[in-house]
Amino acid sequence: MKPPPFEYVRASTLGEAIATLSHNEDARILAGGQSLMAMMNLRYIFPSILVDINELHELAGISASPQLVRIGAMTRQRAIETSPALAGVAPIFQAAVHLVGHRQTRNRGTIGGSLCHLDPAAELPTLALLHDCTIEATGPNGPRRIAVADFITGYMTPGIAADEIVTAVEFAPWAPGHGYGFHEFARRHGDFAIASAAVLVERAADRTIERVAICVGGVGSVPQRHVAGEEALTGTKGDEAAVALALDRCSQLDYVADFHGGEDYRLSVARTMLRRSLADALDETRSGKAAA
Amino acid sequence: MQEITLLVNNRPYSGTVEARTTLADFLRHSLGLKGTHLGCEHGVCGACTVLVDGASVRGCLMLAVQAEGAIVETVEGLAADDGTLHRLQEAFSKEHGLQCGFCTPGMLMTLIELLRENPSPTETEVREAISGNLCRCTGYQSIVRAVLSVTGRPVGAAGDL
Repeated sequence: MKPPPFEYVRASTLGEAIATLSHNEDARILAGGQSLMAMMNLRYIFPSILVDINELHELAGISASPQLVRIGAMTRQRAIETSPALAGVAPIFQAAVHLVGHRQTRNRGTIGGSLCHLDPAAELPTLALLHDCTIEATGPNGPRRIAVADFITGYMTPGIAADEIVTAVEFAPWAPGHGYGFHEFARRHGDFAIASAAVLVERAADRTIERVAICVGGVGSVPQRHVAGEEALTGTKGDEAAVALALDRCSQLDYVADFHGGEDYRLSVARTMLRRSLADALDETRSGKAAA
Repeated sequence: MQEITLLVNNRPYSGTVEARTTLADFLRHSLGLKGTHLGCEHGVCGACTVLVDGASVRGCLMLAVQAEGAIVETVEGLAADDGTLHRLQEAFSKEHGLQCGFCTPGMLMTLIELLRENPSPTETEVREAISGNLCRCTGYQSIVRAVLSVTGRPVGAAGDL
């Protein structure tokens, strides 16, 4: 249970990190290390070079305005969980990131690392897809912007080249006072979710749902937008029938069986998580509080 | 091999480590600080929890070379130099917060971080804080009781009883 030998490079500039990746096929980026180090200790992977980017402090930090949120890739999950500026414009982050691993892993784990590891049950990829985030990846030719839907290419497979580094995540926050809900079921606080559901809701003055986003994590090979569920709710007042239709349409998502249970079990848990998240997101007394 | 210099329990250490040496192995093997325990070695059990620059981390998921220039606190730093136990350690003893003792160093360091930030945690907050630390003697009830018996007073730096 010790990592295999590797060469260690502490990058002092982003350019140095990218150059090292470009020249070495099996080099790996060491960000927070909360998945990579475990996989190395278990000897699932044997990179010949680790490029440590923890000294690239310019990649860490959160700027949050009502127009734009930008989170640097090396921002620790704990910093995301505790950022008042982020909670002010996108309170679902605080609620969901609290459920990422444990305090000890959130102190080290980063948003960029979580997105690149791309575990289907992880909260941050689910939130990124929920918000239609833009992922900024920087390679030898400079930064480029990738829509999160294009970034998530398959099971634990981010859509970036071997010599690119995710450098930031951006999104436009939803309107002030928007409704939100995040629920997940895991065997123990901090474990990977068997199913999770994230919801954002914006209503018009007459309470009609103008805009809704639903993302379900943990059940398939990647986090999934529940588009049919969003359609069931858009234009309604979030009444019982619309919610029931959105829940019913959960059966249209992809489910993967594992030792936690079969596809039917995951569907059942996903539906329950979505019911709870919708209840929170549609509860206007709660969204009113979020705006304050 | 990599040169590192760091402060462990207020004492400076310099040494040479292989890049692949974890912080936990460095503390145990190079510095002889065997209070930090290694259980699963893949970030699940929490036995190797130490504080790096005040933040709890898994000692098995961080390389020693990454602790260059850091302030590290381990369980050895909790008691006073004359052996007087930290009041959290004393509470663990009084409330039977340990049986075999394997998880105890990780539990203590996790809880020190919690108590520094929040000297009066609720039972829920205590349970959440130690959710990343496994105790296989099933001693959680008494661990939680021990923590709740010392709440309400600020917890300062290591060695502050």
